[in-house]
Amino acid sequence: MSENTELNYTKKDFASDQEVKWCPGCGDYAILSAIQTALTHIGRKREDIVFVSGIGCSSRFPYYMNTYGYHTIHGRAPAVASGLKTANPDLSVWVITGDGDSLSIGGNHLIHALRRNVDMNIVLFNNEIYGLTKGQYSPTTQPGHITKSTPYGSLDRPFSPAKLAFGASATFIARTLDADANHMQEVMLEAEAHRGTSFIEIYQNCVIFNDGCHSQYVNKESRNDHSIILTHGKPMVFGGDIKKGIILDHLRLKVVELGEMYTEEDCLVHDKHNEMLASLLVAIDADPAMPKLYGVLYAVNDVIYNEQVTTQIVEVKAKKGPADFHKLLYSGDTWHIE
Amino acid sequence: MSALTEVESVVIRFSGDSGDGMQLTGTQFSNTSAIMGNDIATFPDYPAEIRAPQGTIAGVSGFQIHFGSREIFTPGDEADMLVAFNPAALMVNLKDLKKGGTLLVNSDAFSDSKIAKAGFEANPLDSGELDGYQVIKVPIDSQTIEALKDIDLDTKSKKRCKNFYALGMTYFLYHREMQTTLEWIKEKFSDHPELLQANQTAMKAGAHFAETLEEVVSTYKVSSAKIDPGIYRQINGNTSTAWGFMRAAQAAKLPLFLGSYPITPASDILHELSKYKEFDVKTFQAEDEIAAICAAIGAGLAGSLAITTSSGPGIALKGEAIGMAISYEIPLVIVNVQRGGPSTGLPTKTEQSDLFQALYGRNGDAPLIIIAASRPNDCFDMAYEASRLALEHMSPVIMLTDGYIANGTEPWKIPDIDAHYAQIKHKMLDPNSVYTENWSWISRDPKTLVRDWAIPGMPGLEHRIGGLEKDFKTGNVSYDPANHQKMSDIRRDKIEAVKENIPLQEIEGEPSGDLLIISWGGTYGAVEMAMRALQKEGKKISLIHLRYLNPMPKNVGEIIKNYKKVIIPELNMGQMVHIINAKFGCNAIGYNKVQGLPFKISELKSAFTQALNEV
Repeated sequence: MSENTELNYTKKDFASDQEVKWCPGCGDYAILSAIQTALTHIGRKREDIVFVSGIGCSSRFPYYMNTYGYHTIHGRAPAVASGLKTANPDLSVWVITGDGDSLSIGGNHLIHALRRNVDMNIVLFNNEIYGLTKGQYSPTTQPGHITKSTPYGSLDRPFSPAKLAFGASATFIARTLDADANHMQEVMLEAEAHRGTSFIEIYQNCVIFNDGCHSQYVNKESRNDHSIILTHGKPMVFGGDIKKGIILDHLRLKVVELGEMYTEEDCLVHDKHNEMLASLLVAIDADPAMPKLYGVLYAVNDVIYNEQVTTQIVEVKAKKGPADFHKLLYSGDTWHIE
Repeated sequence: MSALTEVESVVIRFSGDSGDGMQLTGTQFSNTSAIMGNDIATFPDYPAEIRAPQGTIAGVSGFQIHFGSREIFTPGDEADMLVAFNPAALMVNLKDLKKGGTLLVNSDAFSDSKIAKAGFEANPLDSGELDGYQVIKVPIDSQTIEALKDIDLDTKSKKRCKNFYALGMTYFLYHREMQTTLEWIKEKFSDHPELLQANQTAMKAGAHFAETLEEVVSTYKVSSAKIDPGIYRQINGNTSTAWGFMRAAQAAKLPLFLGSYPITPASDILHELSKYKEFDVKTFQAEDEIAAICAAIGAGLAGSLAITTSSGPGIALKGEAIGMAISYEIPLVIVNVQRGGPSTGLPTKTEQSDLFQALYGRNGDAPLIIIAASRPNDCFDMAYEASRLALEHMSPVIMLTDGYIANGTEPWKIPDIDAHYAQIKHKMLDPNSVYTENWSWISRDPKTLVRDWAIPGMPGLEHRIGGLEKDFKTGNVSYDPANHQKMSDIRRDKIEAVKENIPLQEIEGEPSGDLLIISWGGTYGAVEMAMRALQKEGKKISLIHLRYLNPMPKNVGEIIKNYKKVIIPELNMGQMVHIINAKFGCNAIGYNKVQGLPFKISELKSAFTQALNEV
């Protein structure tokens, strides 16, 4: 990693000359801005940063970044990015994807990228709908939801992206929201600092096909009552007028009101390195009685695929000596014809 | 001592249950023959199931070797000798044994139940159906066990040495020297002294037994062949392919990256390349065929020589990503080791029916370079060529081989790599010498239409590429109608321009005549032998064997005009014949076979003769 404190980039340095063409009011604008700002703080040179995307509204993202960028094919960005990072581990690699791109057509690549723990960042814009194909239900659409392809209501059981990532052995799972620029930036910086695959889900609003799908836990008026911003080492408390917290009750997470019966001291303290706790945190995702969780849900260090590839080459070279094609050609049985 | 006959060439087929070690036995015989100076060609024939039920037809594994004192191009049509370890092996292979040929059978395996399982109505050793062959009945199981009676091993392990017992017999019959194989056993079983001793003893016992066999009326001697002087080794097509890529990466001074997903019969390229980390080879066994090519594309974007290897069904899955590589204009080599299709088809059997897929198997007008290897040792050259063309023309290249040449082994005169495989000039920019103001990633050489190659890490050359249509000048997304026409023209013309960078087509035979054979891919050996035989008979017949399929060499159209008739033999239902007729407006006829088997020289000879008679 190149440590350069004299880069002095501004957000503008990361904006390409292309006109941004998302719908007016789309959550993607805020995400683009947050990532461009975050990149001014990561200490990486612009030429060492690569954005890779698949297909969908979110996947137009690389065109708007003044870095290297590849707009690939539907669902395959994690695979392209895995090859890119493995071939050149010195790059800062970012995958930009949506709920259709990464959880439906590209589900296989997502889980295997997480399993291998290639050192890159996967940013999933979750708006619970297909936008670019104009309004069909996605793998995160809520049951019963009316969409273009489900006029009588969706019958599919949705995925929880965080739970899926946890099941796929992700080493870093975070969630943030398009309505909070500062929180997005914080999460991006922590994701970039994490060694291994960082999985970031962003609740993103599609103004055209699924407007307000996350409003309860994203809008300023209601989000304090329906979400918690998790901080490592801090108790899990939330709430507007009425303060609430999360306690552990017989292997279940439970919301309690703080006051007479419970105080902050009774609440669970977030430990992002605790795998058991993470399993509980991702389990409440679909429970409407529970608040939505923002922040880094889980972060552990584990072996990193691209590093192991590099190490293995070094080890084999040390053992076998330098490559010699002549030696290879003449290895095994040879014979001389006069 | 029995009579000694000197012969020009011999074909032997070893066959048994898939657990009997037939591939190993055949490989030992062929290595020894090559080292003794014979020209050879071999072909393994193994079932798709790893261990099909014992004694069944489905579980029969075979290995054929053709060795001679003259040039050998194919593993041979019919066998002079068949070694059958059980009734099923006899059932499957007897039809390929020459009338009057030698048949060595393991009589211990001919129990009533095994005979019935193989589908014989009566014991073929007694029923008279083997009349007309020279049958050598030997209780190989029991004789092997008897020979090993002083060795401290269980009976089952002793019985497993039977393949070396039989190999010893064949070494005596064909005057092979045992030394190479005995040394191989010594190395292989260096950690298991009992097995080392048992296998060596079994082999020697087999040879001694053959010496005393009354039934043996004749032994055969095959003198060394007249072969180009040089140092030789054996190589099969998949290894040769892998090494060609490794050398190309060295010649281009780029790291090599393989993205692959296991599939028969291509997996051995992955296995081979994964051995050579010291050559800076990175192999990525992906979660599926699509991820395999996409990871390769990613590595190519990062500046590696990127390859992906598969077979027809896998190539079908890669189609969209191949289109992306065409649209991106990046170097990438896609290897298709063809097998029988459609769908899962015949995984372990050979065919060349993916030519249309290579040419047309993508959405949109998506041209790319296609080349095909003609024999096992040609795979090295063609893998190197595929890499060269991909890097020099910033284009995906499909390299076609097939199950027959991928698994077939033949001697290879070790090339002078410093003279012939030394340098590939790729298009990667030196960022220090680029004037970055107004630089566009899509700027191209006006003559070859090849674009520059800038990769992440190069300052000032940051750019975005996508699968959407690109503006001819800026490389930005463009929906302009005239621009799409222009870019489509460029993609076509860029591939056509490759003609200037490939050798002219060579003609084998006279430059004009009655019949021109056009062949491509792994059929070369059989076609060549059939043509030579007819030329010897005075027929006016010539051959062009195509290695560059798209674009074709410039002179192909001219060559075709000088013959009265054109015939195109292919292991498919007629693909190249369709292309040649469409391209050159000639009335070429096809000779086609899709039985999962290579052409026999004899069938080609009669097909060509018939075509000549109709001239």
